[in-house]
Amino acid sequence: MEVTEVLMAGFGGQGMLLSGKLLAYAAMNLGKEVSWLPSYGPEMRGGTANVTVCISERPVGSPYITQPTALLVMNQPSLEKFGVRVKEKGLIVVNDTLVPIKADRDDCSVLYISAGEIAQEAGTVRAANLVMLGAYVGWSGIVEKETTIEMIKKEFARKAKFIPANVAAFEAGFDKGLKLRGEG
Amino acid sequence: MTKVLMKGNEAIGEAAIRAGCLHFFGYPITPQSEVPEYLSKRLPEVGGQYVQAESEVAASNMIYGAAGVGMRVLTTSSSPGISLMAEALSYIACCELPVVVVNIMRCGPGLGGILPSQSDYFQATKGTAHGDFDIIVLAPSSVQEAVDLTIISFELAEKYRNPVMVIGDGMIGQMMEPVSFPDKEIGPPLDPGDWGLTGCKDRPRRIVNSLYLDPDLLYQQNIKLKEKFELIKQNELRFELYNCDEPYDLLLVGFGMMARICKTAIDQLKAEGLNVGLFRPITVNPFPYEACAEAIGRSKSVISVEMNMGQMIEDVRLANVEGKPVDFFGKTGGLIPAVEEVQDKVRESLAAMKK
Amino acid sequence: MKKIFAYSDGLTRKPTHYCPGCTHGVIHRLVGETLMELGLRERTVGVAPVGCSVLAYEYFNCDMFEASHGRAPAVATGAKRTRPNLCVFTYQGDGDLASIGMAEIVHAANRGEKFTSIFVNNAIYGMTGGQMAPTTMPNQRATTCPAGRDVNDAGYPIKVAELLATLTTPAFVARVSVHSPQETVKAKQVLRQAFEYQAEGRCYTFVEFLSTCPTNWGLSPRESDSWLEQEMLPYYSLGIKKRPEDFEGGPKWK
Repeated sequence: MEVTEVLMAGFGGQGMLLSGKLLAYAAMNLGKEVSWLPSYGPEMRGGTANVTVCISERPVGSPYITQPTALLVMNQPSLEKFGVRVKEKGLIVVNDTLVPIKADRDDCSVLYISAGEIAQEAGTVRAANLVMLGAYVGWSGIVEKETTIEMIKKEFARKAKFIPANVAAFEAGFDKGLKLRGEG
Repeated sequence: MTKVLMKGNEAIGEAAIRAGCLHFFGYPITPQSEVPEYLSKRLPEVGGQYVQAESEVAASNMIYGAAGVGMRVLTTSSSPGISLMAEALSYIACCELPVVVVNIMRCGPGLGGILPSQSDYFQATKGTAHGDFDIIVLAPSSVQEAVDLTIISFELAEKYRNPVMVIGDGMIGQMMEPVSFPDKEIGPPLDPGDWGLTGCKDRPRRIVNSLYLDPDLLYQQNIKLKEKFELIKQNELRFELYNCDEPYDLLLVGFGMMARICKTAIDQLKAEGLNVGLFRPITVNPFPYEACAEAIGRSKSVISVEMNMGQMIEDVRLANVEGKPVDFFGKTGGLIPAVEEVQDKVRESLAAMKK
Repeated sequence: MKKIFAYSDGLTRKPTHYCPGCTHGVIHRLVGETLMELGLRERTVGVAPVGCSVLAYEYFNCDMFEASHGRAPAVATGAKRTRPNLCVFTYQGDGDLASIGMAEIVHAANRGEKFTSIFVNNAIYGMTGGQMAPTTMPNQRATTCPAGRDVNDAGYPIKVAELLATLTTPAFVARVSVHSPQETVKAKQVLRQAFEYQAEGRCYTFVEFLSTCPTNWGLSPRESDSWLEQEMLPYYSLGIKKRPEDFEGGPKWK
């Protein structure tokens, strides 16, 4: 009954729904069962937006998860709201470019990723969501790096000029996640 | 069959096309707007047509018009919009026309909110609109099942010449899951038989009408509709039993997404050594009373778990022929009963039983 | 002997339920004749309303719908869009079309639905027993305005033909009357033009008929014709309000 439940949260427009979609695609590509459940609301931009991705060997039961195994947060309100809910021994990935506080969880692994700066170096600060996804994938190994990159290319197929920066952001995040994993 | 990751709303739109439905009339409303958005792009590609109506009142009368001329047709909406469609559904049911309506439910009453709920259970299954009639109501619990049941809905609508409604909560509409579609590209057109208004060339003229000023004739029509629904009850009941093979002291009854939440709760409780069964009606109208009674019969008690204030519980009570204790767990307003809350309710209930 | 007048095969042989002197029968006949003359009957679907003409599906000798109150244009939209080769018309009274069904008629016209609406305006609710209609004349008495229509309270009668003519979408919009033989002959020509435009797939077509209601007006049929002429005609001017040709050279967008 190993289900990985990833909650990705941020402001609307920060691209966490897209990160979730790429993760779901990549997991599906590995033959896993997946679900992608967004919070939906009248806020099209600027409000809080989150998505829960479930990845499982068996058909996903409840896609609605209050206690995820992993949390990726792009902003402070999301960390404050969801940080306490992560399951024991879970993972929290914090975008410390925008989140000035620490995750108050001793029983979880916490990664602090300067997603904004890393994305800027990769070409665009707008790809911070992919840095976060990369860090999570690098740390967890839940899906394959190359598959995820393929999915990014597919997603941006009609806006091809954005592909290099987004792939670079994902790879930079991935390397960072992998490195932090190695450091234990 | 390759699988694609799709939003429930979009998958429902595609399923309708695969079922051979090339005409959609509707009006945007959250959380189902992706259906009209998807179909406005997709239908012209397959030689079909999308029409954005001025209101749900108009949309529902447009499907009355389309079905009346013997064309396969779909409309979709969400709770307040379905209320506005009630009138036309009554006419369509009386005229015995095949239409499919999808309700991606949001919370109410009134304008309510846009978040998921199952609060239209009564509306769909008991009191859709004025007059004596029933519509067939199907409740999918995954995006794949939403696809399958949408296709089946057209078959049922045409087999019985009766409105069919698919009800899903906002989650089903908004979530993405992998889905596969039947290999056949697009189903054959609907046969207007001896009833569709196709022009009276070489045949007597036809009338699509629900006005019966003679009470004897109207009563005859009432009886005809009732007999048809009895036939549907005999032939078309669908349900799922989950974790009911081993003995259980407690049975949960849930439909749609709520059943998914129950399944996860049941799986985790099993790890604690607690065995709980689940009965999931797929046709919620007609409700599979006998199968539900059988599942309740093997349990000591039953809890109806719903994303509303307690609606399906009335059907569960009707199915409870042996008089077992029936309890309710649920909430609404846009709040979703969580796996952990369902588990707490189960533990509490089992503990009370031991006392 | 040459036959110069016969029952139209566009109508069934069923005697109508309309009151003596009511002009619904005349309008029915014009529609039936037009369908026959244009060879449209066998591919026509009519939509009957709720109101005095609720039983129109018994009288038009073609496939017929009975719609709910005011929704005939939506039903016609569903029929015509899915089977565009059909000739589709709605037959609606003033309560049905101009009150409860105002949204449906305006939007059907605005979408340029390729069907024909026949609007029978007799300035009163007939079937329900003489209540005020949106087209009831100022100071005209009705059972729900026993002192006469107070325009400060109920507003002025709605000129539907003029209202629809304001829409940018190309359409054929006209008002005719059947209170005299001369006007009836003219009305038939206009109605024929409307069905011809539809047959060409040209545009939405709308013909408003001024009609009498002797029973609820409390007048004899002949007095009713005079009342229509004296009271209604000055307010509801006859004529073609809009033609699809008017649009040529009209506004265009990229």
